[in-house]
Amino acid sequence: MKWLLVGIIVGSTALADILQSLEMKRHSVPAEDLRPGRLGGVLRGLAQRGPLVLAVFFMAISFFAFMKLLSVAELSFSVPATAASVAIETALARLVLRENVSALRWAGAFCVACGVALLAM
Amino acid sequence: MAAGQATAEPATHTSPGKKRVDFKTKLLTLFVVSTNVLGNFAMAWGLKHQPVDLGISPLGYIRLIFTPWVLLGTSLLILWLLSRMTLLGWADLSYVLPVTSVGYVMSAVLGRIFFGEQVTWHRWLGTGFIVLGIIFVGLTTANTTKQEAAG
Repeated sequence: MKWLLVGIIVGSTALADILQSLEMKRHSVPAEDLRPGRLGGVLRGLAQRGPLVLAVFFMAISFFAFMKLLSVAELSFSVPATAASVAIETALARLVLRENVSALRWAGAFCVACGVALLAM
Repeated sequence: MAAGQATAEPATHTSPGKKRVDFKTKLLTLFVVSTNVLGNFAMAWGLKHQPVDLGISPLGYIRLIFTPWVLLGTSLLILWLLSRMTLLGWADLSYVLPVTSVGYVMSAVLGRIFFGEQVTWHRWLGTGFIVLGIIFVGLTTANTTKQEAAG
């Protein structure tokens, strides 16, 4: 049961992150807009962007699956196990988002993936 | 600057403007990590101290969301979601993911301290690998696709 939940969390998180990154790269929020007076406008703007709404839907799936996971497994297992998405998403970042993933960054993602495997043992 | 040139720029050659962007990115990264760790902790605390039977029905989940600790956790995780969305506009996904993984380590530590969870040597070693991965990725340039993102 807990591995099925981890699978749901990882899959939906990967989809949500790719959609968010793609859309936020197109129109990022400037640092000047991160002020209390401007946050309302920023939020309204974000809510009108289709890919972000879809990303939030996938995040919601991930969130409820995570809640269920926390109720059946320990926190020190639940949180790190879902880090498996790091390796998958790094590959997707290279393939879909065309990011320049250097050797050092690949090494970092590999270490994180190894860490997750050890945590899951 | 053309996209092709931007991807080749080394992390060490930084102008004052670039340093300011990096500082803002790092500050936002810290905020993203803090809200995530505290949000997960509050959620876990609420779930451990609330006798609930979560089935398929969404009513159980909705009822649970309005208990104090879970509500606090949910609020922090909403803040995390919004700040992370902003961060994704400023930095690469392949940078944000590993660097914010420090949250996994902090969650393991909080689980050990506050919930008395058994953290075996496997888990500590795994945690060490995650930290090493974060250090590697932290040494790379945050944004390889757009240089002036955080303006």
